[in-house]
Amino acid sequence: MGRLNVSLCGIPLDNPVIPASGTFGFGYEFAELYDINVLGTFSFKGTTRDPRFGNPTPRIAECTSGMINAVGLQNPGVEKVLSDELPKLKAVFHKPVMANVSGFSVDDYAYTVEKLDAEEQIGWFEVNVSCPNVHGGGMSFGTDPRAAAEVTAAVRRVTKKPVILKLSPNVTDIVSIALACEEAGADGISLINTLLGMRIDLKRRKPVIANKMGGFSGPAILPVALRMVYQVSSAVKIPVVGMGGVSSAYDVIEMMMAGASAVEIGAANLVDPFVCRNIIRDLPSVMDELRIDSLRDIIGAAHGC
Amino acid sequence: MMKQSFFEIVSNEPLTFAPSGQVFRLVLRGDVSAITRPGQFVNVKLDGLFLRRPISVNDLGDHTLTLIYKVVGKGTKQLSAMKSGVLDLLTGLGNGYDTALSGENPVLIGGGVGVPPLFLLAKTLLSEGKKPSVILGFNKKEEIFGEADFLSLGIPVKVTTVDGSYGIRGFVTDALKETDYGYFYACGPEPMLRAVWKSAVTSGQMSFEERMGCGFGACMGCSCKTLTGNKRICRDGPVMKKEEILWED
Repeated sequence: MGRLNVSLCGIPLDNPVIPASGTFGFGYEFAELYDINVLGTFSFKGTTRDPRFGNPTPRIAECTSGMINAVGLQNPGVEKVLSDELPKLKAVFHKPVMANVSGFSVDDYAYTVEKLDAEEQIGWFEVNVSCPNVHGGGMSFGTDPRAAAEVTAAVRRVTKKPVILKLSPNVTDIVSIALACEEAGADGISLINTLLGMRIDLKRRKPVIANKMGGFSGPAILPVALRMVYQVSSAVKIPVVGMGGVSSAYDVIEMMMAGASAVEIGAANLVDPFVCRNIIRDLPSVMDELRIDSLRDIIGAAHGC
Repeated sequence: MMKQSFFEIVSNEPLTFAPSGQVFRLVLRGDVSAITRPGQFVNVKLDGLFLRRPISVNDLGDHTLTLIYKVVGKGTKQLSAMKSGVLDLLTGLGNGYDTALSGENPVLIGGGVGVPPLFLLAKTLLSEGKKPSVILGFNKKEEIFGEADFLSLGIPVKVTTVDGSYGIRGFVTDALKETDYGYFYACGPEPMLRAVWKSAVTSGQMSFEERMGCGFGACMGCSCKTLTGNKRICRDGPVMKKEEILWED
């Protein structure tokens, strides 16, 4: 095994670096820039049962050390993902991919996962119960332990592949939600999705974002993400995928010390499209500097101190 | 195809002094090989700001790139204060204008800060042996820039001002009525584009603006609906054909 190798729910990864859903499309835009097979894997654009245009624009706002987005799960729907997007993904990426799925009812989630399940290249399902930008779905399933467990159980019934529940930080007690998902059969937990935020245009005296509020991401949220990854990984026995504000090899290592078995990188891809490739390139020398032989040795290193 | 490269600032000087927002001309030296069409843009990284700032390409040399931008917020204000140094740019973004459809005598219609990309378009059309004319629209005399650049190419230029302080009083569409053209290209604020779309008597292409996340098609931050499906303004645009535009109210 190499120094960067880890494993996620029983599937080996060459390294723990995973571009996060919604920042990497279906991979082929980035494949024009570099060979994306250097990645551990990536989580593809959140897919729903029906096609969605998403929210009106503006959908994006600048923040100190971060950004707000209110895209609203724009995607072509599961049929088009299967017929148009996955063939293009397959042409440029040859490892197991993480399928990110969202819905507006328990049935929606199960339907979409069941449809995608036959795709051999899908290694894991990342079930998004935490999108802050859609009404009547998304985050509402991730803010209540019972609803989160219901989605988990429904998805669990339609696939044998690992199911990872992606949780929202916009809750009082994230540990109770993670535990409910674990008990309902989840194979892993990923966190954190974006923090609900807002900016106001001072000249127009109106919210910058057309949908008024949106999801705050970027380096500013790293400490919140570390804290929640630490709390959740202390409480559950299943692996945790850490994300939120990660933009360097140092951040990846910090996230792993907090308890993450693998690490997703989101907003950073949008300002530096090469960031994931560069992090993978930088990891060995940063590990040397920190006297880390293998990344596997540091998962949860900050616990029990 | 997009490229990330570093550009050295050659000059960065104001073109206008209107209090409503100064316009600057920024000349950069670096690798311009990814820029293949007029109407494309670059995405500029600025220290201390998270998102890059998209700016259209005004002119291109073998190793030089000219951007003209208006100071409208924190990012452009910070950029306007840089007189030397190096900038991290993503280049070659957007589809750009298709000059193959222009016919012999296209008209180029620019409004305010939408004027800059039309300059490289005009040069490209001239190099293809076509005879473009230009209409530039501004609010008032103090905001005018770019007229001399087009005149230096030997292109006929009509300037309109809303308050009549220079050129033709009124809007670009008032000048368009008096112009003979076989195709049009337009770039400017949305109300101008809507007016041009209504009054133009030929086919044409228009360039759109939106707040962007990445600028290269990954985040879906700048999506719009068109008659030919959903498009990302940064990657499938910013240039759209008149026939595919779907105005939403």
